[in-house]
Amino acid sequence: MNTRLLPLYATLLICLIAYAACLIQFPAMFSTRVAGNLLTDNAFLGIAAVGMTFVILSGGIDLSVGSVIAFTGVLLAVLITQHGVHPLVAFAVALAITTAFGAAMGIIIHYLQVPAFIVTLAGMFLARGMCFVMTTDSIPIDHPFYAALQGVFYRLPGGGRLTFIGCLMVAVFVVGMIIAHFSKFGSYIYAIGGNRSSAELMGVPVARTTIGIYAMSGFLSGLSGIVFSLYTSAGYSLATVGVELDAIAAVVIGGTLLTGGVGYVAGTFVGVIIQGLIQTYIVFDGTLSSWWTKIVVGVLLFSFIGLQRVLVVLSLRRSAAPTGG
Amino acid sequence: MTDKANVLAVEGIGKSFVGFKALDGVDFSIRAGEVHALLGENGAGKSTLIKVLTGVHQPDAGVISLDGQPVHVRDTHHAQSLGIGTVYQEVNLLPNMSVADNLFIGRQPTRYGFIDRRLMERRAREVLAQYDLHLDVASDLSRYSVAIQQLVAIARAVDMSGRILILDEPTASLDRHEVEILFAMIRRLKARGLGIVFITHFLDQVYEVCDHVTVLRNGKLAGSAPTSELPKLDLVKMMLGRTLAVATHGDRRHRPPPEERQLSFKGVGRSRSIAPFDLDIGEGEVIGMAGLLGSGRTETAKLLFGIDAADKGEAWIDGRAVRIRTPQDAVALGFGLCPEDRKSDGIIGDLSIRENIALALQAHRGWFNRLPKREQTAMADRFVKALDIRTTDIEKPVKLLSGGNQQKVILARWLATNPRFLILDEPTRGIDVGAHAEIITLINELCDKGLALLVISSEIDEIVAYSNRVVVLRDRTHLGELSGDEITTSNIMQMIATETGEVPA
Amino acid sequence: MKNMFIPAAARAAPQLGSLALILFLNYLAFPGFFEIRFQDGRLYGSLVDVLNRGAPIIILAIGMTAVIASRGVDLSVGAVMAVSGALAATMTVAGYPVPVAVIAAIGVGLLCGLWNGVLVAYFDLQPIVATLILMVTGRGIAQLITEGSIVTFNEPGLIFFGSGAILGIPVPILIAACLLAVTIVLVRRTALGLLIESIGVNRSASSYAGLNSKLLLLVIYGFCGVCAALAGIIIAADIRGADANNAGLWLELDAILAVVIGGTSLFGGRFSLIMSAIGAIIIQAMNTGILLSGFPPEYNLILKALVIIVILLAQSFSSLGGWAFLKGEFRAKGTRQQ
Repeated sequence: MNTRLLPLYATLLICLIAYAACLIQFPAMFSTRVAGNLLTDNAFLGIAAVGMTFVILSGGIDLSVGSVIAFTGVLLAVLITQHGVHPLVAFAVALAITTAFGAAMGIIIHYLQVPAFIVTLAGMFLARGMCFVMTTDSIPIDHPFYAALQGVFYRLPGGGRLTFIGCLMVAVFVVGMIIAHFSKFGSYIYAIGGNRSSAELMGVPVARTTIGIYAMSGFLSGLSGIVFSLYTSAGYSLATVGVELDAIAAVVIGGTLLTGGVGYVAGTFVGVIIQGLIQTYIVFDGTLSSWWTKIVVGVLLFSFIGLQRVLVVLSLRRSAAPTGG
Repeated sequence: MTDKANVLAVEGIGKSFVGFKALDGVDFSIRAGEVHALLGENGAGKSTLIKVLTGVHQPDAGVISLDGQPVHVRDTHHAQSLGIGTVYQEVNLLPNMSVADNLFIGRQPTRYGFIDRRLMERRAREVLAQYDLHLDVASDLSRYSVAIQQLVAIARAVDMSGRILILDEPTASLDRHEVEILFAMIRRLKARGLGIVFITHFLDQVYEVCDHVTVLRNGKLAGSAPTSELPKLDLVKMMLGRTLAVATHGDRRHRPPPEERQLSFKGVGRSRSIAPFDLDIGEGEVIGMAGLLGSGRTETAKLLFGIDAADKGEAWIDGRAVRIRTPQDAVALGFGLCPEDRKSDGIIGDLSIRENIALALQAHRGWFNRLPKREQTAMADRFVKALDIRTTDIEKPVKLLSGGNQQKVILARWLATNPRFLILDEPTRGIDVGAHAEIITLINELCDKGLALLVISSEIDEIVAYSNRVVVLRDRTHLGELSGDEITTSNIMQMIATETGEVPA
Repeated sequence: MKNMFIPAAARAAPQLGSLALILFLNYLAFPGFFEIRFQDGRLYGSLVDVLNRGAPIIILAIGMTAVIASRGVDLSVGAVMAVSGALAATMTVAGYPVPVAVIAAIGVGLLCGLWNGVLVAYFDLQPIVATLILMVTGRGIAQLITEGSIVTFNEPGLIFFGSGAILGIPVPILIAACLLAVTIVLVRRTALGLLIESIGVNRSASSYAGLNSKLLLLVIYGFCGVCAALAGIIIAADIRGADANNAGLWLELDAILAVVIGGTSLFGGRFSLIMSAIGAIIIQAMNTGILLSGFPPEYNLILKALVIIVILLAQSFSSLGGWAFLKGEFRAKGTRQQ
């Protein structure tokens, strides 16, 4: 069996077992309502996690995600409610800014050869600071276009709602999978994550790809911010603190190697769903507090990092053997 | 068209790095349909030459010409487009991607903007079929052995470049059977008219597959001849040569062996690294260790010093059984090791000369028993003077020193611990002639002071000059020991050159 | 003596200059900035405040300096602060004597640090990856301890750590100063400083020289955990409560920033604890300055971001375009290619 797929299978298995365990305790969780809410509630996280998947696949990290989401939300709120800009125009402006922001971080990371974590850390501060520059209040967004978008959903049999943002997340995942596995850009990401210097020698445009990866992460963080503002109907500069950690956790639990080169966008989806399931379980239980999410996610994180470490050591040992066959 | 014309020729190539001439007036040429071996020890200039040919480095002097036309190779991509493809020892592929991806990345066929996987995989199968390789091109490259990965790398290089193929130690990690497969591929490519540069340190392989041999030594051309006209012994001579400019003692080998050999290793070995061997060393003795690169020299040193733990055998010191599992154990027993790779295993580049010298003694004394700075300075000053380390200031970062002076700093680091047994792995590599002679003088002095020394060197003359006994290695095995009058350059070379199973003449 | 002293001062010039500039700007924004008065047996004033509020960052920066000098990084210190603060508060509320609670809190910080150290040294995980685990889990554990609520307390013994004073000097400043002094003595009077720098520059060569680099790494991360615990106790004592969600939030980043401002390279090697402490004071002086000039405190973040970018530009200029390039060294290029 391909050991590369092992973490992905492990994730799927954990997800299924977790869901089964939830069902045994709370049969009511078997409903399209829960499923629909799972997608809606985690839409913004999922979209950001797709961007994070690409960044981690390339061997980098993006700590600015949570701040960029909050920044987008505040920017939208300010543009729409204080300046009367149409939401669609505001969306375009927000996406343009966040994409350029990501690209700028990519440029610094590539050309100055500094660790991604410190550059995106500066980005995190900058984006969060810009939120506060615009406003420190929570601004509600009340616009007919928002109401219209929030009203768009497909009623599933059983009463569940497949909302616009839920579908958008699924769409982003599908596009992400296509980019990862069927585009040249996607193959370059895997190549850089696999071995940067080999990739360079083999003719992969490393500079262009690196900048593109962070630009894409910026774009998806912006999109996630739009979704979050649709979800909450507000822009608040203290929102989505630490979402980057949730996104990283989703990516790792989804079977992507934190050192890059190996992983699947689809796995990240499962990672997001597992986090959602834990929260749903806690809501159903009613007595547990939400901090159990962090602990369980942390334990999963550790298990997957450990699992991957073991696989790496095993494969090293195998390739060290004199005979390969 | 004459296929005997030179496809690629370089003349008078020179390349210097800080304080060190890596290449000095080297000529080299390769014809179509020829397999040309490029030989030399580590640091002889092979890899620098390859890097010049592939545009990684720009030469300081000399001309590169392709089909008789002078060219300027800008970078690796330009080299590829000129038809020069390279496959490196540590396979430069992407094991996390599929075989087809590895063959085509950077130039994948697309359809409507997306990678046309079906077409790419079909082409990948076609490319590999030329070499009778039938792989599942959609599966990860890492599923295949290093040998297969090597073949894929060659297939890629040939497919992209197609005129000249440079193979940089492709056989280093292959077993006999895999080497056969590789050679079959090389012969096939040769028949197709490619010029192939083959870098290796296995002499048997040179005779098996190469038409012509060029040997580099210390950045200079040591010789070049058709394989058929060059007996193996001459080749070994060419490689190990006579560069020694110092007066050779040579008298030590006639001394009577010490009455007691205090350090004794019995059956020490480590699977996949070095076959079990016995070694006894007495104080005031210098054991030379000769063998080509990859023969197990460095592995022996690492095992004795506890860098790699031995999985069999035992060590006795002064008649007591001891365990050496870590370098700390070895240091506690009074061992020291000047490693082969000075840059990555030896110097602590950013730290000062003083700190580098004090490090081993400090590590041995413990974390809390600090060597006062005054003593460190006095010690550093003493060694700077004693070993003639050329520096303006002992507080200078050690990375700013020349190779020879760095080597002396590492030597000083161990001498500061007052060792009884010192292992020197290639102490004279990559350093200039003057420093070379000084280090040899030092080895002699240390021995006279009663240290036990194990010196690994590619310079056979050097070994002959200072050794009491010489251990010869080949194929990760200790072949045997020479002592007294047996220690001659030609005897050692004979032993190294003898094929497995042959009796030394 | 002379040639030893001048380079050190010259090296510190950019940091000391920036600190002076920031303090001067603070003075312009708030003319009473340099006033110090003695009241109720304690010193008061903006300058005292900078040191007092900066104390936790200084303490974190001390631990972080050791970690970064060893070519690592510890992202979990903020979360560890939350854990230790939560433990100290909860135990105090539960009636344990203050010394017991404080020792337990420091102990849990040590455990967290050792956990990171084991992952880095013995499992060979990248420091970012290894410490990320605790960064995520830590706040959950803190909430587990406080059972999700903000635990407030009125035990004067514990509050003393946050707002007490000895001889007029606020306790956090004393703790930070003592820790700084003790660590400097420990690092420079023993061989630890040299050995840490040695494994930071070249771990392989250090092992060849007979240095037990794994054990040393374990100790370094353990120490960083203890520092985080101390900072966590001070913060909890200061607000008289343990807030598992917000205690120490983003402080890991402040600590890293302080170390980087202090001139220790993120790629390990030479370090200076004093300079890291000055870096921490610069950060806090910026915080205080923004507060005094009437901007919302969050503007700080932008300032910090700009500081990071400027430092990165300066560092990468000196390492890529600086003298190494002029000397014809090809280190940066060489490591990229091989």
